Amino acid sequence: MKIKLKNSASMESRPIDTPFYQSFSRRMVLILILVSFTPMVLVSGIILDEFRISYREKIHAHLAELVLKHKQNIDAFLDEKMGDIRFVAASFTFEELADDLFLDRVLENLRREESTVFEDLGVINEQGRQLSYVGPYQLKQAVYADADWFQQAIKTPYYISEVFLGLRGKPHFIVSVRGRHEGKYWLLRATIDFDSFNSLVENLRIGRTGFALILNREGEFQTKSTFIAENGEEKDLYQLIKRGERRSNGVYILERTMDTGQEDIYVGAFLKDEDWLLIYQQDAADAFSDLRRAQGIAILIILMGGLAMVVTALILSKKMVRQVAELDQEKEMMNEQIIETGKLASVGELAAGVAHEINNPVAIMVEEAGWIEDLLEEDDLKESENLSEFRRALNQIHVQGKRCKEITHKLLSFARKTDSRIHEIELNELVEEVVGLSAQQARYNNVEIRVHLQEQLPPMRMSPTEVQQVLLNLINNALYAMDGRGGVIDVYTRRKEENVVIEVSDTGPGIPESNLARIFDPFFTTKPVGKGSGLGLSICYGIIKKMDGDIDVRSVVGEGTTFTVRIPIKPDRTDTPGPRTEPETEAEAEFSPTD
Amino acid sequence: MSIANVLLVDDERPFVETMTKRLTKRDLDITTAFSGKEGLDQLDAKPNLEVVILDVKMPEMDGIETLQRIKSRFPLVEVIMLTGHATVESGIEGMKLGAFDYLMKPCDIDVLLEKVEEAAAKKRKHEEKIVEARMKEITSRRA
Repeated sequence: MKIKLKNSASMESRPIDTPFYQSFSRRMVLILILVSFTPMVLVSGIILDEFRISYREKIHAHLAELVLKHKQNIDAFLDEKMGDIRFVAASFTFEELADDLFLDRVLENLRREESTVFEDLGVINEQGRQLSYVGPYQLKQAVYADADWFQQAIKTPYYISEVFLGLRGKPHFIVSVRGRHEGKYWLLRATIDFDSFNSLVENLRIGRTGFALILNREGEFQTKSTFIAENGEEKDLYQLIKRGERRSNGVYILERTMDTGQEDIYVGAFLKDEDWLLIYQQDAADAFSDLRRAQGIAILIILMGGLAMVVTALILSKKMVRQVAELDQEKEMMNEQIIETGKLASVGELAAGVAHEINNPVAIMVEEAGWIEDLLEEDDLKESENLSEFRRALNQIHVQGKRCKEITHKLLSFARKTDSRIHEIELNELVEEVVGLSAQQARYNNVEIRVHLQEQLPPMRMSPTEVQQVLLNLINNALYAMDGRGGVIDVYTRRKEENVVIEVSDTGPGIPESNLARIFDPFFTTKPVGKGSGLGLSICYGIIKKMDGDIDVRSVVGEGTTFTVRIPIKPDRTDTPGPRTEPETEAEAEFSPTD
Repeated sequence: MSIANVLLVDDERPFVETMTKRLTKRDLDITTAFSGKEGLDQLDAKPNLEVVILDVKMPEMDGIETLQRIKSRFPLVEVIMLTGHATVESGIEGMKLGAFDYLMKPCDIDVLLEKVEEAAAKKRKHEEKIVEARMKEITSRRA
């Protein structure tokens, strides 16, 4: 079948929402998403995890290195201060140092080298009395006998105290060296400026939350704590760190999740024979901020990619399902069409058989009537008073017999198989034949078919059956459009330049603008389901196009529709195959059934 | 003397009978046959038959076949074909096989009569020509 699919988008009402297509669509979406998601999630998950592990390792190593360096700094600082004091103690005698003025000079010298790290200097005898003192506080003659640090310091040659408030009421710590004079111990002690010591630790600041502090064994702060409140919890830190992972360079690393869900990293290193613990603490989120950002970006990409995949899968599957549905529907239509065609063919055969069978009896009846007519000529019957009545009846039998004959002949010629062979035909005769075929139906529909034929149209070379089909279709459509309301169908033929034009014009309701562009589309129909295949006009279109002609339509809603078929007059070709002996007789035989 | 000697071949007996009556009434000499075979027998038996009215659609030997046989054995006999409906194909075929004309059932008796007369005239003309030719032959031989 030659149908030009002009506009496949015209198929709109898809049964795409049936359960079958819905589940088909769901399956497709699922498969698409699964296939695209699985590798993406796997790959990015693995890469992200590997990255996390190595990044964490890197951060840990970095922090450990940092803490180690600071520990060494602090150690060096303490050693240096201790060395200074030892040097002073060794260089000068007890008497010299017990002199305030001399001590003042010593402090000045020390300060010249070490800036203000040394806050004050003092010499304390075995009884704990401060014999001489230089510094910002009035601590001369102060007694330290009961002070913790003194009791420990007097026992060892060198001593570095914990941080304590002491007499001055300010946090500080003491570096002391024990000397011996006249059989008695004495101490040279220096107070280390807390701020300068503190700065050693405070400098260790990384990121937003990374800071360092020093704790002693009891968990007391040895440096200023600006970040951790003294809530007692940090008292455990000392023990906690010791349980952490010990690295080869003596640094402990621990990660701990607080009750609040906050994750912290602790890096610790021991100072001063494990008396002090340098702790670096940082919020894990802060330490791993780069990692977190990378993770965030990756997750964002995955999410967006996933979204894109889902959307694509949805759109793609919908599109495909629609296409499948369209194809299915087309197939169904085709099947229906084939069935219908088959039905038509068998109906046609049946009609032909019936026509044949009826023809003979009708012929006999007509002949019998003719015989009676003949007999009426006999003399003895001529006098019959009913003679005229006899004649009328016989005439009626003739007329009706002729009618039967016409019907059967039309049935037979219509039931003939579609014949696309080209003959030379008189278009006007063809038009009259088709109009004759439709006349009965037109009468039922209360429609008058008027034929306006231009005389002397040139004979056309075309397939009569195909042209018949086109005309029949156009007339049937017009009849259908007027749908029992009655009206007029005008059929015109005329020659226009090198074309023959056939016009079929009805006074029906017209075709709405929206449908006008689609009426030649295959399967487009306004008839109820099952009534029309929507192929009629598209077949006409195909036939006319095959003849190099064209067909168009003008329609005014409420006034009517006019179909115009234009067929070019082809120059007569004489090289027709086969013997065409008596074309007149042939044409007569086929197209003049009324003789 | 009748207008023509006609053989009517059709399997529909009532049709043949009525036709015979009507055509006889119109001064035709009718011989009837109800099958192709019978028709051929009749042609054998009655050499004076001039025109055959032959139904196309018959059981056993159909009209076309009968036509072929008639034409091969009695080439001068003219045949008018009758059928229930005319198709180009059978029309052309009949013509090709030498039928004189082709009419559709039921046909007007006057049209049929006219055709029969024409066919008979044609046959006689043919025969005359043949006779003439023979005479010429004979005279030329004599000369």
